[in-house]
Amino acid sequence: MLPRLAFGAWPERAFRAKSVPDTLHALLGTASVITDTTGVTLSVTDLAENGAVVPVTVSSTLPGVDSIVLLVDKNPNALVAQFMLAPGVKPFIKTNIKMAETSRVIALVRSEGKLYSASKRVKVTLDGCSG
Amino acid sequence: MKNTTKIRATLENGVTTVKLQVLHPMDTGLFKDAKTGNVIPAYFIKELKCEHNGKLVLEALWGIAVSKNPYLSFSFEGGAAGDTVKVSWTDNKEMSGSGEAQISAT
Repeated sequence: MLPRLAFGAWPERAFRAKSVPDTLHALLGTASVITDTTGVTLSVTDLAENGAVVPVTVSSTLPGVDSIVLLVDKNPNALVAQFMLAPGVKPFIKTNIKMAETSRVIALVRSEGKLYSASKRVKVTLDGCSG
Repeated sequence: MKNTTKIRATLENGVTTVKLQVLHPMDTGLFKDAKTGNVIPAYFIKELKCEHNGKLVLEALWGIAVSKNPYLSFSFEGGAAGDTVKVSWTDNKEMSGSGEAQISAT
């Protein structure tokens, strides 16, 4: 079973949070994250000329991944998206995100109840959130 | 909301890869209209789910920082050629849309 199945459970508090720790507390109940891991791979450009469309790919070699979270440190709200994966779904997502300014992009995965992350600094030329 | 949701699913080596795109403005609520100077209200997809033969495989919760005309790709095990993959979404104005495709073998 997925942790959240029904529509209407959109985590407003997490999406309104500003900082990464506040977001993680609101979304996942903890901000304790293992950062020195090779188990999470984040592919994103070094330089985004247009912050409105920044392609991001997240994958993981960790077992039992049931959630992938994308965050941008310096966006007005850090949380971009959460993806919940049923068993049998590969720990892999590819999508496009917006970035307001040069910032760290953080990919976080939950594997067997623990949080692991990878991050990368992306330089942004053109603000993709408020122009 | 006809034809605003595109989805494709291909099977290779036992893994089904889904690629989907929804035509949606994903307005942040932070931009101003160039003509009127008024703020364009936030208008964005909040929730999206994907089903394989009626069984939920992925659910996404999105905020304003997912790009306009959102694109998503993911993959899962256990699909077969001809199976149905369906995506459905709801935005913050309670509009919704969906699209479906049959898995094709490569």
